[in-house]
Amino acid sequence: MPAATPTRSTLARPKLAVWKFASCDGCQLSLLDLEDELLTLPERIEVAYFLEASRAVVEGPYDLSLVEGSVTTRADVERIREVRRVSRHLVTIGACATAGGIQALRNFADVGELAAAVYPSPSYISTLETSTPIAASVPVDFELHGCPIDRHQLLEVISAFLARRRPAIPAYSVCVECKRRGNVCVMVARGTPCLGPVTHAGCGAICPGHDRGCYGCFGPMETPNPGSLSASMRDLGAETPDLIRAYRGFNAAAPAFRAAGDAHAAESEAEA
Amino acid sequence: MAVEGVATTIERGAFDGLLTAIARSGYELIGPTIRDGAIVYDEIATSADLPIGWTDEQDGGSYRLRRRDDEALFGYAVGPQSWKRFLHPPEVTLWRASRDGDGAMAIESCEDGKPSYAFVGVRSCELHAIAIQDRVMVGGEHPDPFYAARRDGALLVAVNCTVGGGTCFCVSMGTGPRAGPGFDIALTEVIDGGRHYFLCEAGSEPGAAILAAVEQAPARAAEAAAATAAIAVAARHQGRSMEADGIRELLYDNYEHPRWDEVSERCLTCGNCTMVCPTCFCTTVEDSTDLAGAEADRTRRWDSCFTMDFSYVHGGSVRASARSRYRQWMTHKLATWIDQFGTSGCVGCGRCITWCPVAIDITEEVAAIRADAID
Repeated sequence: MPAATPTRSTLARPKLAVWKFASCDGCQLSLLDLEDELLTLPERIEVAYFLEASRAVVEGPYDLSLVEGSVTTRADVERIREVRRVSRHLVTIGACATAGGIQALRNFADVGELAAAVYPSPSYISTLETSTPIAASVPVDFELHGCPIDRHQLLEVISAFLARRRPAIPAYSVCVECKRRGNVCVMVARGTPCLGPVTHAGCGAICPGHDRGCYGCFGPMETPNPGSLSASMRDLGAETPDLIRAYRGFNAAAPAFRAAGDAHAAESEAEA
Repeated sequence: MAVEGVATTIERGAFDGLLTAIARSGYELIGPTIRDGAIVYDEIATSADLPIGWTDEQDGGSYRLRRRDDEALFGYAVGPQSWKRFLHPPEVTLWRASRDGDGAMAIESCEDGKPSYAFVGVRSCELHAIAIQDRVMVGGEHPDPFYAARRDGALLVAVNCTVGGGTCFCVSMGTGPRAGPGFDIALTEVIDGGRHYFLCEAGSEPGAAILAAVEQAPARAAEAAAATAAIAVAARHQGRSMEADGIRELLYDNYEHPRWDEVSERCLTCGNCTMVCPTCFCTTVEDSTDLAGAEADRTRRWDSCFTMDFSYVHGGSVRASARSRYRQWMTHKLATWIDQFGTSGCVGCGRCITWCPVAIDITEEVAAIRADAID
């Protein structure tokens, strides 16, 4: 009998690492939430570094690094460079890693004042003036959006990586998913302001599916036009402070939302 | 169209008998019903599932349900969905492949049997839209088996419009409001004082066979005249119109019209207009694999010419600007469609106007280009 052909399970498994920066851990949890697939995952990929799941650590380099969280300290800057150095592929997951997250609201304020308002001894706080996406510090191979990310999309990214194909993660609007799902448009039928038309698909249009407007947690879609949408939201009764808040959420520092939020903030000052 | 003189009337009290007769013939009843603040198409069982006594108020970017002062079953225009949801579903798995331990591949087609839908309440514009999609999906050299299976089994129960919608313009497109050929049964709802009845015509043998099982009476001239008058009301009260004469040449001559820049300032490139359009048919095909690398499937999903991927060729999207994408959509719908499929791609249903979040109005865009045409 000839020597047995190596089966898939005996082939060297790619090494996976999951890293955390400034974040809430929710995106990492999406990986653990993949209940049906969780048992298959270790057959195909060696979970080499994933502190949220296990203290056991296998040394790098790693074939695929998933990075959650934003860069908010000097130490983060050094650490993400090291992560990049030991990673063949680096994929950022979630609004923090792809856009700076909710903590990027500091980018619109004085971080010293914020620290003084929150901490009894702000002198212990060593932080940067801004929260920035991972891609602002190191090259990134793929960005997966969402706050949190959609676990099926995460599965698609990992499966595509294993099959060496491009992940099918469309960058069009939430509206495309919303209409496919058969939702009735909350903006047109209810007069509810909705960020769906300027927001990146991926969630499956959850909020409009429950009769609520989208609040943009997946960040800007590929070719967003917030100026035009804002004009319609004003027609529905939204006022300038509402519009500022709409864009300054989990993806406040994503360029298109930042520009829209800044434009409305300037209007607010002009109105005052 | 049924020959004049063979029309009959069905009283409101006997209307459920019609639905029962359709269901008994083996059809799954799909019809208008109220959900989430709109009239959508979904499974129905009896007339109680219909939007009794409701109408809709539509304008650019706005849709509201309103109470009527009667108990009409079909007293409204078209809602956000069209029958394409059933004939050309938003998502279809085309095939699955699996690999066994020895690496041998097995491929399984995923055709979903032959559903037999009865669509109750198909409007004239929608009959035209179905005929247009027929030409696109099964009229060419490579008929689509998924569409064909659904379409072949479908029974079309048309309802002539007696209400003119705020964004309707079928009159100017020559597609309504009276249902033309293509229906199996056509109904006109008449509420005349205390009497509520339907003028009924069979358009096919299956339609006639179903009608034969329903309690009815031959229509008198006055009843037929009342139905015609009700349809005329719908024609008079349409909220929009479009001058369609020479539109193909108009758009071909005006590729560089400044109006495209203006509309692109407003266009969200969100794709809503294409999703709600009853004739837009474009799809994308996506493959997915499982983690184990043992299974793969290929899924077809509604796509839109407003996405960047739609025109992606090696190196980038051909239509990167909103201007080029809106122009492509409108020019295809109203002009190149004629060259490609022999008719306009627009049936004047007004959905793209109502369901555009920023109220872009195709009739207004055409009028603006016409008013200040380059040639």
